[in-house]
Amino acid sequence: MKVRIKFSKYGALKFIGHLDVMRYFQKAIRRSGIDIAYSEGFSPHQIMSFAAPLSVGHTSEGEYFDIEVIHFTDEADFKERLSSVMVEGIDILKVQLLPEDEKNAMAEVAAASYLVSFRKEEDLPEGWQKKLMDFYAGENIPVKKKTKKSEKEINLKESIYDLQIREEKKIYMLLNASSGGNIKPAFVLECFFKTLEYDLPEYALVIHRMETFKDIGTNGIRKLVPLIWEK
Amino acid sequence: MRKLALRDEILMQVEKPARYIGGEVNAVMKDLSEVEVRFAMCFPDVYEIGMSHLGIQIIYDMLNQFKDVWCERVYSPWVDLDAIMRREKIPLFALESQDPVKEFDFLGITVQYEMCYTNILQILDLAGIPLLASERGEEDPIVIGGGPCTYNPEPFCDFFDLFYIGEGETQYRNLLDLYKACRDQKESRSIFLEKAARIPGMYVPSLYQVTYKEDGTVCKRIPLKEDIPLRIKKELVRDMTNTFYPQKPVVPFIKVTQDRVVLEIQRGCIRGCRFCQAGQLYRPVRERDVEMLKEYGVKMLENTGHEEISLSSLSSSDYSALPQLLDFLMDHCREKKINISLPSLRIDAFALDVMNKVQDVKKSSLTFAPEAGSQRLRNVINKGLTEEMILEGARLAFEGGWTRVKLYFMLGLPAEEEEDIAGIAELCNKIAAVFYETVPKQNRSGRVQIVASTSFFVPKPFTPFQWASQCTKEEFLDKAYLTRKAVSQQLNQRSIKYNWHEADASVMEGIFARGDRRLNKVIQKAYEMGCMYDAWSEYYKNEVWIRAFEECGIDPDFYTVRTREDDEIFPWDFIDCGVSREFLLREWHKAQRQEVTPNCKVQCSGCGAAGYRTGVCMQDRSARREEEVRCESQD
Repeated sequence: MKVRIKFSKYGALKFIGHLDVMRYFQKAIRRSGIDIAYSEGFSPHQIMSFAAPLSVGHTSEGEYFDIEVIHFTDEADFKERLSSVMVEGIDILKVQLLPEDEKNAMAEVAAASYLVSFRKEEDLPEGWQKKLMDFYAGENIPVKKKTKKSEKEINLKESIYDLQIREEKKIYMLLNASSGGNIKPAFVLECFFKTLEYDLPEYALVIHRMETFKDIGTNGIRKLVPLIWEK
Repeated sequence: MRKLALRDEILMQVEKPARYIGGEVNAVMKDLSEVEVRFAMCFPDVYEIGMSHLGIQIIYDMLNQFKDVWCERVYSPWVDLDAIMRREKIPLFALESQDPVKEFDFLGITVQYEMCYTNILQILDLAGIPLLASERGEEDPIVIGGGPCTYNPEPFCDFFDLFYIGEGETQYRNLLDLYKACRDQKESRSIFLEKAARIPGMYVPSLYQVTYKEDGTVCKRIPLKEDIPLRIKKELVRDMTNTFYPQKPVVPFIKVTQDRVVLEIQRGCIRGCRFCQAGQLYRPVRERDVEMLKEYGVKMLENTGHEEISLSSLSSSDYSALPQLLDFLMDHCREKKINISLPSLRIDAFALDVMNKVQDVKKSSLTFAPEAGSQRLRNVINKGLTEEMILEGARLAFEGGWTRVKLYFMLGLPAEEEEDIAGIAELCNKIAAVFYETVPKQNRSGRVQIVASTSFFVPKPFTPFQWASQCTKEEFLDKAYLTRKAVSQQLNQRSIKYNWHEADASVMEGIFARGDRRLNKVIQKAYEMGCMYDAWSEYYKNEVWIRAFEECGIDPDFYTVRTREDDEIFPWDFIDCGVSREFLLREWHKAQRQEVTPNCKVQCSGCGAAGYRTGVCMQDRSARREEEVRCESQD
């Protein structure tokens, strides 16, 4: 049986990297006594799949992973057992028993939403809010994206599904987070500020992931819903 | 939410920020309003090393079981953060509360190896505590040291207010009660220290003066106050079962060196290898009850979620209930997919059978520690491992499918000859030959891999070799060269890989191991000249150390290459580790005659540790008595 778990990451725990979060949950599941399934072979490991890695330093209220279990009582009991072995900085938000044909969390990720704010606003170029909306309004936003091997030009517009200014100085973004086309929120803003000939200082951004989505649309029409979603 | 001592921008730019945030699973948080004594427990090295140390975990657990005490952890900031903290004047903080260490009542520092001495100064410096105990004021924490290096605390005694000699489980409660009483009565720091010096195991270095003879050796120790003990007797846990041991050790977020449950099955070692300091310091051997170990093993696995459990001791094969404990753990761990690791097992049929069961098919390499290349030299060091045992162990291992063997040796042992060095290469060759004889050609997938490593011998206090002279760097390197040459002349040389260590650090380790009070200023000088993290070869600056010795006008050779007379007064002689100086001297003379001494289970050799009336010292007598009774009843 496949179970999907939604969790948040905040406070000091934002400094724990993706691999260490995976190790943290492997140990947490052992502590919880949850009957997780193991892979076959000489060195069995827990069957576990994480949705989308979160960069060190970011907080989130929309992280997901799937595990395969042998026994399952109900969602409330499962959530309670896992919650009882957490530390401050990671909360279990939701648990869902998945249909057997559900793809694993990582394969399902289509998009993620972020709320970005600035550590220091006073140094930003005057009127950046309007300029950002103008930047986003363009049909084509050609940018150079570095891949492992080369640098290629892409149209950034195709990967930004939504962009808004919130509370005057925060930026909401809904971005492609699929394994083939993941765009990081910091990259979008770096591209934008480059057009203003302004170099963002290091660690200027405070990034919070709000949700991770899958695409349940048909016929090429995108319909994004959270990874745990009830019809 | 917990506050953090470091700003986000700092944590984002340092390597592994998880080293500094605390908040791990099982880390202990307390309400400050209910706490009377704040204790910062420090391992002066980087987090991943410090977090792997069992002793600190025991003390951390014990102190936090005391309702009125909150013990928190402190480790050395890595060099990247060290630079930022100095630049921005950020005081060193403890992980749990993230409060500055300077606000604590105690700063405890465990001193595990000689090459961490400059890191002690780093800790004090970053904390804003004066480096010299003599310059500290009423508001500064009491700096207390413990751990194996404090059996000769003299080279770094100026930096400590107090040392706790021996095992931490026994006297902390008394010490903390005294501290509280002194504080209530508004007694000064010096009065507290003077009273503490009368608690068993406590050593207050400022209460003694040391004079030296013309030849530079110690003449006399003079207590500066009345009623201060002349000798400090090691503290020791008599009952290893009904004592403190953590059931909920802290689980780090990042991978540390010892990323597993560590179950200490016994303390001490019966073997009496003459180079080994631990083998003397932790006498007598005391086993923990097997039922306690079963219970704790299960609880610790449940409370941590670790996927591995390791049995810890100096020589696990000597634990009397090992088969029973392993059967239990194997049953428990199999279904939970938990690995069992067994360091320090003597390779024999039993060990290989167990390793086969717990390690599945992925065969790791097997390790032998003959320490010396010839039987003659193994007799000198009293290493009771014969060539037949090694070759038979290897044969069984090769039959069982192992193809990699690691061997550990020491170079520069007392009475070492060229033939002994050649013996290292010959032993490796013989093991390789055993492989080719044992494993038929069609079953081989390539050559056997024999990896021989040598370290350089450093004489340590409280061992029979405390009288021995140490090799110079040049002699060490000549010996490594000879070993390499001998390996290359073997028939099976292509199956043998040979590694050796750097010599500079071994010489420095030797200086501090048997140093005296005059070295304090050298350590401080070297630290001021930039030495830190000396245990990390990439940061060890030998030339700076040499300059520090020159500037202090101290000849390092005095501490290493010199031959010590039988009756020389050593700087550490005032500490009573339970093993008598007469026994050690007897062993030193026996070594020179290549005579071996039987282990504690075979025969008592009268080392003096029986004075603690516990462990193997008591078992032997009762076993013997039982045997006598049986003989009598048969008559």
